[in-house]
Amino acid sequence: MLQILWAAFLLLGAVGGLLRGQAQAVSDAFLDGGKEALEMAFTMAGAMAMWSGVLKIGEKAGLMDALAKRLRPILTFLFPSVPENHPARGYIAANFAANILGLGWAATPAGLLAMESLQTLNKDRTIASNAICMFLVINLSSIQLVSITIPALRSQYGSAAPTEILSLALISTLISTFAGVFAAWLAEKRWKKWI
Amino acid sequence: MDLIGLSSCLVPVTALIFLIYGIYKRVNVYEAFLEGAKEGLQCVVRLLPALVGLFTAVSVLRAGGILDDLGNLLSPLTQWLSIPSEIFSLSLIRLISSSAATSLLCDIFTQYGPDSFAGRCGSVLLCSTESIFYVSSVYLLSVGITKSRHTIPAALFATICGIISAIVLVRLAFGQ
Repeated sequence: MLQILWAAFLLLGAVGGLLRGQAQAVSDAFLDGGKEALEMAFTMAGAMAMWSGVLKIGEKAGLMDALAKRLRPILTFLFPSVPENHPARGYIAANFAANILGLGWAATPAGLLAMESLQTLNKDRTIASNAICMFLVINLSSIQLVSITIPALRSQYGSAAPTEILSLALISTLISTFAGVFAAWLAEKRWKKWI
Repeated sequence: MDLIGLSSCLVPVTALIFLIYGIYKRVNVYEAFLEGAKEGLQCVVRLLPALVGLFTAVSVLRAGGILDDLGNLLSPLTQWLSIPSEIFSLSLIRLISSSAATSLLCDIFTQYGPDSFAGRCGSVLLCSTESIFYVSSVYLLSVGITKSRHTIPAALFATICGIISAIVLVRLAFGQ
C-alpha cells in the first residue's frame, strides 16, 4: 500500500508539474526533499535522544510496567495477542500516554520501541500482525486530548477565543479514534482472508 | 493563557517524575539516560533513508500542483455541501504533511480569520487527525514491514470520520 502511494506521489507530482510547465518547481522539489528530511532529522534527533533517555530511566525503574498494569483491561481488549507482562505492553502504554498528553517527541521513541517489541511476537516480520495494525491505527487516528499548538496559533492570529474549539476537537478526536479501532477490529474479525 | 502555561509544565514535570522515580528505585539514572539517548540517536539514523524518501515524495507531489487541481475539480461538490474549498485542500494536505497543513491553516486564518467557519473547522480538523502517510511510513519502515494489511484503510476511515465530525460539530456549535 505504502509503496504504491509513494510511487503515485512522485508520478503524479512529476507528470502534473511537467504538464503545467513547472519543470523547474518539480526539479527544485526533488532536490529540496532530501534537504528538508535532513533538517527534520536534525531537529528531531536531540528531542528524540533526550526522551529516549528519560524513557530508559522509567523502563529500568519499572514505571512502564506499572503503567501497563493500570491500563491492563484496555490493552487486553485492544491487543489480545500480546501476553501479559510482555514488554510490548509497557511501550504501548508509554506511547499512548505521551500521545494523549501531546508529548509528540516522547511518543515517537516509545512507539518505535513498541513496534520492535511487537515484531518479536510477529510470525512473518514483513507482514503487519493484528496487534501492529491496531497499534498503528490508534496512533494514526490522533489521540491527543488537548492541543496546545492550535490555540497558540489562533491567538497569534487574533482569535477572540483561541481555546473555544478544544471541546469540539476532543469530541472529534474521540470519534475518529473509535472509528479507527472499530474498523481495525472489524477487519481482524471479518476480512481475515481478504486483506 | 492558563492552558498554555499549564502545558509548558508538562515536559519538565514528566521528566522530573521519571527521574525521581528512577532515583527512588535505585536506578543508575545517568547511565540509563545515556543508554536510552544512544538508542534514540541510532533510531533517528535508521529512519533517515525513509525520511528522505517521504519528504521527496511529498514535496514533489505538492510542487506538481495536483492537489490544487483536485481541490478545484471537486469544488462543485464542496460548494453544494457548503464546505469552504480550503477545508477540502486542508484535509488532503493533512494526510501527507503536518507542517504543510499548519502553514495552510495559517493562510486560512489570514484570509478568513481564526473565528470564521473555515478557521474553526480547520482548527478542529488539525487537532483530531494525524498525517497518516508520514507517521505510518516512519513506523512501518523502522521495523521493515512491507505489507501493512488493513492499517491504511482503517486509518483513512478514522480520518474521514474525524473530518466529517469536525465540520458537523463546528456547524452545530457555531451555526453557519
